[in-house]
Amino acid sequence: MPWLAVIFLLLLAAGLYGGLYLAPPDYQQGDSYRIIYIHVPSAWMSLFIYVVMAVAGGIGLVWRIKLAEIVAVSSAPVGAGFTFIALVTGSLWGKPMWGTWWVWDARLTSELILLFLYLGVIGLYGAIDDKRTASKAVAILALVGVVNIPIIHYSVEWWNTLHQGPTVTKMDKPSIHVSMLIPLLLMAVAFKFYYLIAMLQRARVELLSRERNAQWVKSMASLGAE
Amino acid sequence: MNWQEFFAMGGYAFYVWTSYAVTFIVLLANIIIPIVRRKQFLRQQALKQKRQGTL
Repeated sequence: MPWLAVIFLLLLAAGLYGGLYLAPPDYQQGDSYRIIYIHVPSAWMSLFIYVVMAVAGGIGLVWRIKLAEIVAVSSAPVGAGFTFIALVTGSLWGKPMWGTWWVWDARLTSELILLFLYLGVIGLYGAIDDKRTASKAVAILALVGVVNIPIIHYSVEWWNTLHQGPTVTKMDKPSIHVSMLIPLLLMAVAFKFYYLIAMLQRARVELLSRERNAQWVKSMASLGAE
Repeated sequence: MNWQEFFAMGGYAFYVWTSYAVTFIVLLANIIIPIVRRKQFLRQQALKQKRQGTL
């Protein structure tokens, strides 16, 4: 999938150039706000990938489609990575702006629970030897955890929180200048492509491992050994 | 804007660059780990098949 990697790298380069160099400093937060270009797209991805994982898991559960099971389980480590990035970069942004690395408020806590859900999915899948059974268990866990997604999204509106409200997905007009918005959207699309690349890499390993007794895997292995 | 100014990030260099470094490491790891695992798997399978073939 070299063309996926090319698109990703082009979008990434454009997003980073726009975000780190072209966009002006924020009038309140100075240059510290530039963390936004990875923090917000990562947080979006952490939710997006979770929904993809739960939907794929659900499809696998109902129709027993192997490909859906593989997509679901291959998404988990990528989603966990983005959740981790969102939490760490949020902390690194919070320290200079809020004066603290962490607060137990609704947005931060629910995002932390999301990380535990991802880790739960990964751990549960690894703990069950029969991968068809493991996929079932993981799909149920993922589907139950979906309840956390709207909680994360609306947490900044439902509860008083230190975390700032949405600036992009507002109904009227985004309260972010276009020179800051464009790199943000570029990064968001770049991360979508990254997800595709990373998830497909995981899926390849998963498929090989599941089909280890199939002839095509055997000939692939013996070809690679020579 | 010169390079020094760019890297200084208006005094927020530590927070900004640590964020970008962590992101880079995590994203890279999630690409490299499956590639390493695939190679490992294929190598192990090849070994197993060889052993079974000679038995």
